[in-house]
Amino acid sequence: MILQALAFYAFAAVAVASGVMVIAARNPVHSVLFLILAFFNTAGLFVLLGAEFLAMILVVVYVGAIAVLFLFVVMMLNINFVELRQGFLHYLPIGGLIGLVLLAELVLVGGTWAFGPEVRGAMPTPPIGERTNTEAIGDLLYTQYIYLFQAAGIILLVAMVGAIVLTLRVRPGVRKQRPGDQIGRKREEAVAIRKVTPGGGI
Amino acid sequence: MLSDLNPDLVLALPELFLVVAAMGLLMVGVFQKEAATGGILITAVLAIAVALLLVPTGLEERATAFGGLYVSDSFSAFMKLLVLLGTALTLIMAHAYNEREGFARFEYPVLVLFATVGMLMMLSANDLLSLYMGLELQSLSLYVVAAIRRDSLRSTEAGLKYIVLGALASGMLLYGASMIYGFTGTTNFDSLAAHLIDAGETGPSTGVVVGIVFLMAGLAFKISAVPFHMWTPDVYEGAPTPVTAFFSVAPKIAAIGLLLRVLLGPFGELVLQWQQIIIAVSIASMVLGALAALNQTNIKRLMAYSSIGHVGYALVGLAAGTETGVRGVLIYMAIYLFMNVGTFCCILAMRQKGRMTEEISDLAGLAKTNPALALAFAIFMFSMAGIPPLAGFFGKLYVFLAAVEAELYTLAIIGVLASVVGAYYYLRIVRVMYFEEAMEGFDRSIGREVVVILGGTAAVVLLFFAYPAPLLNGAAVAAAVLFAG
Repeated sequence: MILQALAFYAFAAVAVASGVMVIAARNPVHSVLFLILAFFNTAGLFVLLGAEFLAMILVVVYVGAIAVLFLFVVMMLNINFVELRQGFLHYLPIGGLIGLVLLAELVLVGGTWAFGPEVRGAMPTPPIGERTNTEAIGDLLYTQYIYLFQAAGIILLVAMVGAIVLTLRVRPGVRKQRPGDQIGRKREEAVAIRKVTPGGGI
Repeated sequence: MLSDLNPDLVLALPELFLVVAAMGLLMVGVFQKEAATGGILITAVLAIAVALLLVPTGLEERATAFGGLYVSDSFSAFMKLLVLLGTALTLIMAHAYNEREGFARFEYPVLVLFATVGMLMMLSANDLLSLYMGLELQSLSLYVVAAIRRDSLRSTEAGLKYIVLGALASGMLLYGASMIYGFTGTTNFDSLAAHLIDAGETGPSTGVVVGIVFLMAGLAFKISAVPFHMWTPDVYEGAPTPVTAFFSVAPKIAAIGLLLRVLLGPFGELVLQWQQIIIAVSIASMVLGALAALNQTNIKRLMAYSSIGHVGYALVGLAAGTETGVRGVLIYMAIYLFMNVGTFCCILAMRQKGRMTEEISDLAGLAKTNPALALAFAIFMFSMAGIPPLAGFFGKLYVFLAAVEAELYTLAIIGVLASVVGAYYYLRIVRVMYFEEAMEGFDRSIGREVVVILGGTAAVVLLFFAYPAPLLNGAAVAAAVLFAG
């Protein structure tokens, strides 16, 4: 039990600290690396909760794909982050105000949620322990929620089509490698033997 | 053969058919390249026509499928017919436009089909999850479609504005949905309704009310109601004209239908909580729609403010929260569909020397240079202004009657006043066409399809009063479903 609590506090502390570093680091590449660290620690928290499938998905999807994508964007777009921060102090009062309002809302909502007796009964509790996470999620996803699963697939397809529509440009005169043509070349097409007279050239 | 299929699949046949058709057309487009664009567009229109036939009409009672995620009833059928009709008409309009402007992208009809599937899913949503999935499928396709003329600065700007604000709206909607789920423990509309009836005397918890407010904010963005309307004029102006026509019709009808179902279905018990918000949004939309349009010079921007105003009038019926009110909204949206498609046909015909023009001053003297077009345009403008006996008058009549019945006198009076102010800018267009010196006329060739749609919609708007029974009865049956439970 002690070990578990220790692990929880270790993961949580590192996750929060790296979350702060994401917005505090001067170098955007460092920000993304801290983001990856935050993801890893959150995955640790999921494991502690007994949600091992979510933990693995978090690492695979967020660290493996999304964070690396961020890294590419940061490195390739060459955004001047120092310039972006210039207005920081200027917007601090209004930003802080919005933050305070959101905090108040969270406290209000969290308060009613924690202390409301009628809310507790409404929380659905899936039976944990009888089957693994992966099985349980799969069972729900491919039976009860198949409609939504397929819809999500279509949405991703639309996103892909959209990205291609808006960015793909067919440029004329681009040299492409066609392996079929290369292999299909005959000796006669490629090599010609000429008699060269001394001093005459071709 | 249909009976052999899973009953769930039979219920969702229109959506399934359209998805398969869209993916098939996408494959054809990928392999045939630009050569097949015209054919793909026509096939897409045919696919929508087939889907129109597949929509189950005359349903006796509501049926749910996919474990309660999907619902099919007379209300969804009525709204789906409107959405499919609007999509088909605007796609046909796009055909003429594409040929003239040399704008050949086979992805356009495919994306419109996907957006239509999203709208059908929205109208059949019986769960917060399927609501969100449908909405997102629709919006994502629309973002791309708005920016589809990617070499035009205005079109890309429209797409960018739309996606940034749309993502914000989706975020608010999701936040609201998560609140509602957290405080009730369910996302299903039927269970939500049961839960809120159980809450009864003590009333709903604060969290649910906060959730509903956020949910409504997200949906108000999609119907471009004030104060979530900022994107509308820029997107309408920047997007290519047939795309604007599509935007102003189908997605709006779908989102209004979704709003009706959400507020009157699961949250029907909380009328007192949401009614005041709807009244405020409705008044703001009507007033802003009327006042902001007054000094517009671009006809597409004017139509954007006009559509904001129309959404305000439609919400008057919802604010009443009664069966007659909902019937009024449905009638209003149906008439709005015909008026708007017709007006955009007229805007498509505004071409001088082979180029589109969008200024109202270009319409000067149209009555002399092209009397038929001017007459049609005048009919739509009079109808939008709500002048009897044209169809637009009846749309307004039914929502205002419902508001008076529900004793919302202030709302009705403000509505009538806004409609009087709004009449000014519609009639200004008529004045420009009929009483100003003739300018250079418009190009004659506006395409046979556009002429047919223009004539058809003008006839519907003009002769609605002679035979309104089918629409009135259909709307009444559809509205009754929402109050059955």
